[in-house]
Amino acid sequence: MKNIRSFDDNTHLFGRIWGVVAALLILSYPFICLVIFGAGIDWKVFASGISIIVMYCAVGAVETFTYSPMLGSGGTYLGFVTGNLSNLKVPCALNCMEQAGVEKGTEEAEIISTISIAISSIVTMVILILGVVLISFLTPIFENESLAPAFDNVLPALFGGMAVVYISKNWKISVIPCVLMLLVFIISSYATGSGDLAGTLIGIMVPVGVIVTVGSARIMYKKGWLGEQGGVQAAPAEQGEQKKEQNGKGGEENK
Amino acid sequence: MILQLNAAQFDKNAPVLYVIVALILAVVVAQAVFFLVRAYRRGVKIGMSKAVLNKTMVRAAVFTVAPAVAILVGIVALSQKLGIPLPWLRLSVIGSFSYETIAANIFEGNVTDATIYVTVALVMTCGMLVSMFLPLITGKKIQRGLMRMRQRDKKWGEIFMTALFLGMISAFLGYIFGGVGEGSHGWIPVLVFLVSAIVMALCGLLLKVTKWRWINDYALPFCIIVGMISAVPITMLLG
Repeated sequence: MKNIRSFDDNTHLFGRIWGVVAALLILSYPFICLVIFGAGIDWKVFASGISIIVMYCAVGAVETFTYSPMLGSGGTYLGFVTGNLSNLKVPCALNCMEQAGVEKGTEEAEIISTISIAISSIVTMVILILGVVLISFLTPIFENESLAPAFDNVLPALFGGMAVVYISKNWKISVIPCVLMLLVFIISSYATGSGDLAGTLIGIMVPVGVIVTVGSARIMYKKGWLGEQGGVQAAPAEQGEQKKEQNGKGGEENK
Repeated sequence: MILQLNAAQFDKNAPVLYVIVALILAVVVAQAVFFLVRAYRRGVKIGMSKAVLNKTMVRAAVFTVAPAVAILVGIVALSQKLGIPLPWLRLSVIGSFSYETIAANIFEGNVTDATIYVTVALVMTCGMLVSMFLPLITGKKIQRGLMRMRQRDKKWGEIFMTALFLGMISAFLGYIFGGVGEGSHGWIPVLVFLVSAIVMALCGLLLKVTKWRWINDYALPFCIIVGMISAVPITMLLG
């Protein structure tokens, strides 16, 4: 037990050190450019961006409390440096945890989440480096109008597959938040006659969705509706490879 | 100073900017490698199978390809206005294409002036201040709180974690329907979502019938790619 705590403590220590170093480096870019080019800051233009900064700082605060519990310690420190959380890192970690058949919230899940986010970050970097090197060759392809819809629809393509897996396995917990979110977004879209509001709403609706889901799940749990037959957290036999491997070894489980 | 240029020599694609971005990203990659090695060793130590850990790496890599290419498209989209180095940095670290685009648009037209370039870069960076520093302050408390909750009631701990993920999925499910009020064009993401969902259901069915476990490994990346490809004919029909 002492060993496990020590590993966890070190994860937070290393996470903070790396996080501070990375954040300072990322923050330094505008100031390095300022020095190199002997430029200044146009405060009038900067002032016009303050409302955007404030809005995204608020989104950042909400995302921290929403995504940190999902990603575990290592995954959080890494994910909040490498970014692309909702469109890549969180779904990737979730998919890998599900495929490995580990119980969410355990040390095994923490390890799978950290590994998946680390690999995802490295692969993303490699693809972006290749893209930057080959950009003159790739630009006509990416700017091809007939291909544009494919790149505009990554999120629906990603969440379509995920929704089938997770909603079907946990349909009792899913019904209330899914119906609520569909109503909110569809009504807002018809009310404004456009889809522009959805882009702003999503930042608020992810934590709202999480709160509603946790709240309704808690009520169902207290009422005894999420018993053994509820399907909650039940990794399918064909996916529970970690459990099988562990059973074969006497089932070491995290405390 | 060797690297010092002047405002008149400003080039948003100056080689020196590539070097700076590459150095920053090298540190970010080093962090990813550090956490990867550490987590892998820990996994082996607590008795996790190496086969599971290795498979996780392959799955994560395959899963990442399509969304990463979409991020690359974002760099291309922003490169005309801001050059390549700045979008490359911003989309490789904490941030998002939507935020970077909104932040970049505080200045209309292409950036040709060093002061405007620095200002836009500063706005892009400042928006992520909370995302960069708050997890460093709250991370330990949040994780310890979750651990205590699991210790008090293991079953509720499991349901709580599942509910977190489902909350996020439900929000994005709604988001996909968020454009239906604008007419047929708004139904494109909904149909892409359905195509991806149907492909996933078919993969599940095929897995059940054939018992080919490899289908499980690649089902979601396959759904993403088929869904993205389907967006092209769907847009032709409805766009």
